[in-house]
Amino acid sequence: MSEPVMKRMNIRISGLGGQGAVTAAHLLAMAANKMGKYSISNPFFGAEKRMAPAESYARIGPEKIYDRGELVFPDVIMIFHPQVITMQKSYTAPFYSGIKKGGLVIINSDADLLTAEDHKRLEDDNVSVYCIDATTLALEIGKTELSTNMAMIGACMGATKVVDLPSMEEALQDRFGKKYVASGGTATLDEAIKKKYAKKEQLLQANNDAIKRAYAMSDEWVKGSSYAPAVYETA
Amino acid sequence: MNKKVEPKSNKILVSESVNLGEEGLKGQKVTDPNVMMFESEREPNFLTGSEVIKAAIKRANLDVMIAYPITPQSEAAALIGELFAEGYVREYFRGESEFAVMSQCAGAAFGGARVFTTTAGPGTLRAMENFPMWAGSRLPIQVCVTCRGINSPLSIQPDTLEMAYLLETGMLVWHAETAQDLYDWILGGFMVSEQPDVHLPLALCCDGFFVTHTKDTVMLQGEEMCLPRYDPYRSPVPCMDMECPPIRMMRDPFIMKSNYISYMTHASWQQEIHAAVERSRKHTLPIMNGSLIDTENVDREILIVASGTAVSQGREAIRLLEEEGIKVGLVKIKSIRPFPTEEVREATANAKTIFVPEFNIRGWLAREIKAILPNNERVIAGPHVAGGMTMPSEVIVEEIKKGLGIKSATMDRRG
Repeated sequence: MSEPVMKRMNIRISGLGGQGAVTAAHLLAMAANKMGKYSISNPFFGAEKRMAPAESYARIGPEKIYDRGELVFPDVIMIFHPQVITMQKSYTAPFYSGIKKGGLVIINSDADLLTAEDHKRLEDDNVSVYCIDATTLALEIGKTELSTNMAMIGACMGATKVVDLPSMEEALQDRFGKKYVASGGTATLDEAIKKKYAKKEQLLQANNDAIKRAYAMSDEWVKGSSYAPAVYETA
Repeated sequence: MNKKVEPKSNKILVSESVNLGEEGLKGQKVTDPNVMMFESEREPNFLTGSEVIKAAIKRANLDVMIAYPITPQSEAAALIGELFAEGYVREYFRGESEFAVMSQCAGAAFGGARVFTTTAGPGTLRAMENFPMWAGSRLPIQVCVTCRGINSPLSIQPDTLEMAYLLETGMLVWHAETAQDLYDWILGGFMVSEQPDVHLPLALCCDGFFVTHTKDTVMLQGEEMCLPRYDPYRSPVPCMDMECPPIRMMRDPFIMKSNYISYMTHASWQQEIHAAVERSRKHTLPIMNGSLIDTENVDREILIVASGTAVSQGREAIRLLEEEGIKVGLVKIKSIRPFPTEEVREATANAKTIFVPEFNIRGWLAREIKAILPNNERVIAGPHVAGGMTMPSEVIVEEIKKGLGIKSATMDRRG
């Protein structure tokens, strides 16, 4: 009997400008690519500015992916900042609009930000909600909130297993280990985070540690939840 | 006009006066484009569209790049600056505005250089006066247009309306679906543009963000190869001769002399430009895999006909419809100028309903298609999204079901 194959997983990341939502989607797609899966990632944002809504999307699956642009019907939604929910800094309202039945919402928060109506609507669609305090985790491990995106990536990986840890380590090496040309805003933030570490290796290590810790936490959470990613049963 | 052409040979014609095998920039080997494009081994790379533009230009033996920032082409323009710093591009200038950029491009091309630039949206429109001037002057400049919104309220997101403005400039206008198309057509585009019987500018369009900012797998050849250099002696008009056309006509324009000869000269010169657009077909076939369109299952009664990433969204919609037992075929239009009139007629001959999804509010592609098809009431112009809105494949599914009179609840989940 062969292993069940994970179906296409469409991941929507809603965050604020400067939080690394775009980088997170690129890393998930790069890691999937390294595993031999098909993947596409793209950002969606207005004029670049900090704290403005920014979204990104990663599509990962077992067959060639053509679909691009804003993800209207995601399987997984990640919320990088509480303001996405509390101040409605998202491109869609409510932030979980379009989520597929049996989907997953991961929120960077230590508090429950959802209303009773939100809970009811998500429960009716059998959508699981996982809250993880990714920013505190980032501050503990990476000593900077700029690693929040790493913790969120780890949380997504632990719950969904959409990509594995060794592939993500390779993707990180590609993104931060080499020269990388990005837009002005991204380049500034790249410089800011590199300055926090004496050596590039330390940055990579801290990122990896944040991912692994969040991975372990969400791996533990998913065991006690009803969430399971959709799979093809193969004979 | 608008005749389909059968390829005489599937080869790119190369100037006989270039020395294949000689050293290009940075020790690259000047390679026969046929070997480079069709025979060389390729490796998969996971890149954004902007990075792919850089990868193509690295192998293009480029003389001049002129840069000016505007989203979503800024990254590509900056990345080519890196290439210049590394020595892979001979000259790199920064313009003062898109109008200045396109004028500088003209100057460089008049001087006999291979010229590349990138622009988008409002920049394309700001530069517009130059595009018919490029074509009228027979300058084989390549501009990569990374389409975005142009109309108010302004948007920086993808929208293909600006392509409608390029259609009658006398330029070649191609529309890439993917980063792979973009890569292959940048390199191939120079080869087509620079043929003596073409010698026209190329607007190589792609959808901003959906191609430029999206990471996708692209097959690239080794970077030790580069195209042969542009051979200005193959130009059908003399370079920079003040007493001969086209410069003669620009320094002393006929508009100053309203008489029959001036009207005739204008008309015959323009007819020749549009004839040159038609002559590009045979040279384009090897670049575009033998046809200006791609087709899938066109024996089916329902077809999607599209260009750019609307094709990609169509492909996903076809998958979704297949799951429900609705069978739909696909026509991907790759070249908009010249327009594949005969090819589209043949491909749609048996179709009962033809859907044309587009990323702009006016539906210019549907209009082009309606203009050439018999029984054009078969053409349903839509769905349309505009101002940067995404076109989920579910929306195409909904439009097709609506067109077929099938009830659908796909979009209910939108909240």
